[in-house]
Amino acid sequence: MVSIWFFIGISLAVNGALIFAAGIYQLVNPPANPSVVLYNLHANVWWGAALLLFGLIYCFKFAPGRQSGAGTDRH
Amino acid sequence: MTLLQASVVPTQLVHLSAVDIIIVVFYFALVLSIGWYLKGRANTGEDFFMAGREMTAWVAGLSFLSANLGALELMGWAGSAYQYGILATHWYWIGAIPAMLFLALVMMPFYYISKTHSVPGYLKLRFGEPARALSAVSFAFMTVLMSGVNMFAMAKVMQIVLGWDINFSIWVSSLTVAIYVTLGGLRSAIFNEVLQFFLIWAGALLIPILGLYEAGGWSNLKLQIAQRASDQYVHLWSGLGSFTNNPMGINWVGIVFGLAAIISMGYWTTDFLVVQRILAAKDIRSAEMAPIIGAGFKMFVPIIVILPGLIGLAVLPEKLVPESVAAVTGGHSYNDVLPLMLARYCGPGLLGLGVTALIAGFMSGMAGNVSAFTTVWTYDIYRPLINSKGSDHHYVSMGRWTTIIGVLISVGTAYLVMQFASIMDYVQALFSFFIAPLFGTVVLGMLWKRATGPAGFWGLLSGTLCSISMWAWVHHDPSALRYVALSPHAKGLAQDMFQALWSFLVCVTVTFVISKLTKPVPDEQLKGLVYGLTEVPSIGDVPLYQRPLFWAGVVTVVFFVLNIIFW
Repeated sequence: MVSIWFFIGISLAVNGALIFAAGIYQLVNPPANPSVVLYNLHANVWWGAALLLFGLIYCFKFAPGRQSGAGTDRH
Repeated sequence: MTLLQASVVPTQLVHLSAVDIIIVVFYFALVLSIGWYLKGRANTGEDFFMAGREMTAWVAGLSFLSANLGALELMGWAGSAYQYGILATHWYWIGAIPAMLFLALVMMPFYYISKTHSVPGYLKLRFGEPARALSAVSFAFMTVLMSGVNMFAMAKVMQIVLGWDINFSIWVSSLTVAIYVTLGGLRSAIFNEVLQFFLIWAGALLIPILGLYEAGGWSNLKLQIAQRASDQYVHLWSGLGSFTNNPMGINWVGIVFGLAAIISMGYWTTDFLVVQRILAAKDIRSAEMAPIIGAGFKMFVPIIVILPGLIGLAVLPEKLVPESVAAVTGGHSYNDVLPLMLARYCGPGLLGLGVTALIAGFMSGMAGNVSAFTTVWTYDIYRPLINSKGSDHHYVSMGRWTTIIGVLISVGTAYLVMQFASIMDYVQALFSFFIAPLFGTVVLGMLWKRATGPAGFWGLLSGTLCSISMWAWVHHDPSALRYVALSPHAKGLAQDMFQALWSFLVCVTVTFVISKLTKPVPDEQLKGLVYGLTEVPSIGDVPLYQRPLFWAGVVTVVFFVLNIIFW
């Protein structure tokens, strides 16, 4: 049975990748009138990267092929 | 995607970009995929209704907390923080932590040992069929109403933020929940709740981080709130000496004895919506650890709920107003503060994740209500009262159909909820009706062996009627609040606290008196159900850091430190 933590890893990694990509796109093509406060912090770049990293760690650690290493904390 | 865009109306607060829409659609696809993947593992009653009783402490604990992270948590309490200040945090700390620890260390062993499927099921074992029937019917009633509240709140958010048609939001979310719970039962609900827990944090945590940055840190935030509202908006306890010294119009008696000792204890220890997640734990140690893990995370939920409300009070240029005023003036209400903050800080991608976090929060609450309703209907109403001779397969089929019907009833309820001015007050009233007397009955049943079956039933009934009567009295004549809350200065939320306190006292008193007048239950029949007559199984020879008592101590210390810091 696939671990719930693997599903969480997929969710965070995909969302993180999408947000990171959107942030990079905005860095390359900055909007003339940013619609959000604190646009200059480029939160979507670093927040997206953090989610992507966290998600990839979960995907790797709880991948279906590595189930035997996860002990009882599977469900 | 075409369907989403077709439902947009021109009043929307923000526009979703393509990447935002992809994130939202991906979320729906993932939760449906999990439900589909788990459909083969919900063939028996134990699987469908109890998730096979094989959840680890972490999964059960996060699910336990996530089932509570519904519409009220995310939107309602952020709005309450804007309206009442940091006082709203009491519902997360003293109004939750002691009760969760009490559930873990005192009550969970009895629930777990009795192998009951539900809280009404425990009442059947302890007090007999009448107490179970009363509890099951009232719980089913409350649950579908709660589910309707969740749906309505979600649809409102989608309307405010995205301009989505309110009917479209209600039907898409409810059908999604219906599909994944029908397919995978409680296991599917729990899996999705844990997923939603992570999404909620991932989507909501950025708001307080950026908000504090904009406000110039916590100290500057407090100064700005004091200038725009009052110094009492940032103190937890110092203004609770009297009803007039704080924006909530309540005193410490209501918070400590009404909220913490009765409402919170009742909700966290007897509301089957949350207790069901713990009953799915794989062993007694996991069942005890799960609420403690939930308590540990619960203490930090104010970061993503209360803090955004406080930051909104400081930085939002417009002044938010009560729901009833907003409906007339066209402005934004307190309940809109979280979406407004989301729109303020979140650009493309982040906005999609934030919206997904809100949807996830709403759907986890809805799924929790639906799965609990399904179990109580099937095991505590249908099987004992309508068809007691069905096969296990028949009851699983009944569970699947009940899930669909429960969702449809909830949809109907959502349209009813639109008639009420304040979401929060409405739900608080519901809690007081049923939860407080139920807690009195269950806790007496567990801790006092002399409590008898008839006493349990009449105590529960009289407490519930007392609560409904007081609510109706104040609803008919608002000036009666001074008698219920024992003060002419008491305000709305104080009513709920004192109403719960009185109904609990009536329940306990009636149960005590009738128990003394009726024949005691033989000790033999109470084994496994009552403290003193039950041998609680050992959790085994595990190291200190794996012991529930140790972690309960850690949570308690942090709890006191936080209350002192924000006194």
